[in-house]
Amino acid sequence: MQIFLAVLLGLLFGFVLHRISAASPQVIIDMLRLNDLRLMKTIIFAIGLATCGLFLGLASGLIDVGHVSVKASYAGVIAGGGLLGLGWAISGFCPGTGLVAAGAGRRDAWYFIGGGLLGAFAYMLAYPWFKQSGILDPIAGGKVTVAATGSEAYPALVAGLPGWLIALLIGIALMVIAWRLPANLRPPRSGHTATPGHPATPTANTAG
Amino acid sequence: MEGQWGWLKGGVALGLTFLLAVTLVKPIGVSTQFVVADGLVWSLFDRDLVTPDSTAKSGFSSHNAYLDKSGGKYAESVANPINYGFVFVLAMIAGGFLSSRLGERRREPQVPEVWSRRFGHNHALRMGTTFAAGTLVVFGARLAGGCTSGHMMSGMMQTSLSGYLFALGAFAVAIPTAMLVFGRHQAGD
Repeated sequence: MQIFLAVLLGLLFGFVLHRISAASPQVIIDMLRLNDLRLMKTIIFAIGLATCGLFLGLASGLIDVGHVSVKASYAGVIAGGGLLGLGWAISGFCPGTGLVAAGAGRRDAWYFIGGGLLGAFAYMLAYPWFKQSGILDPIAGGKVTVAATGSEAYPALVAGLPGWLIALLIGIALMVIAWRLPANLRPPRSGHTATPGHPATPTANTAG
Repeated sequence: MEGQWGWLKGGVALGLTFLLAVTLVKPIGVSTQFVVADGLVWSLFDRDLVTPDSTAKSGFSSHNAYLDKSGGKYAESVANPINYGFVFVLAMIAGGFLSSRLGERRREPQVPEVWSRRFGHNHALRMGTTFAAGTLVVFGARLAGGCTSGHMMSGMMQTSLSGYLFALGAFAVAIPTAMLVFGRHQAGD
């Protein structure tokens, strides 16, 4: 059953990531250099919607609290996020979208995956060093959430109020931000009607 | 791009996908599976990489400290690669393939336009740089304990503090890097 769900959900996630253009390095880079924020709107809206749905599901009992899985906070989360951000901006891929792009036929994505396997291997060897450096030691309570999930394992930072209420406030705020965020921060320049990041016509260099 | 969705339709679909995954199984994550794939290759050369161990929480241990951590949970995944997380990630590749074959078939250039305008059409330069970037991305993801899917999307969905910290670190570096490397504006945009 689990394997069946893995196939189904993996197919769905890969399909959706491709349909929202997240597997296009062009679109990712245009988002990160703040040229075209449509994908940013998509991502922020999705997080907001999922936050609301998850906490309403938890509060109503529709979602098993045992499915909640919170990762620890430590200095390496920020440092590792920064390293990922560097490679993400240069290549236009993150681990998930690299896989999807490879499936969709992008050759550079296969090189990205090859590099990713090397990076994972390097970390497997470097792990003891990071462990003893203290950069992996929990900060701010470790595995904590802002809103209470109802799980004993994960303390909430805002403990006095019901988790669903805090989560709805956060989720709705994210959806409003997504709604209000301009798709394009730059004023359109005269003579150009094509939308940046989504080339209207395929260009000549499709070879290779 | 092929028959792409608008931001709102895409946002609803992406949000519901994360919601469906946590409802049925658990939050989505990807980057751990790069470690499992490496473990599988490594174990071809080293048959003692992961071994059954009744004293370990997962039932498996490894002489590699990373595979062995948290009761050997990664060691267990290497020993039994037909598991949820690994099959999920393989299915993602198939999902990308499927989407690219359905609907309009408009191909993007193999070297992204934003790249070729800055660095030209040299194929090897793009492939080599992307390989190096992939190394940085997954090394960073493993140091952080998750990637854009596990930390940013699944983490922030659960209002995990670590999800917000990760997003902060990633965007704080990614946005200036993208601006510096590719420029803010480009002729013809």
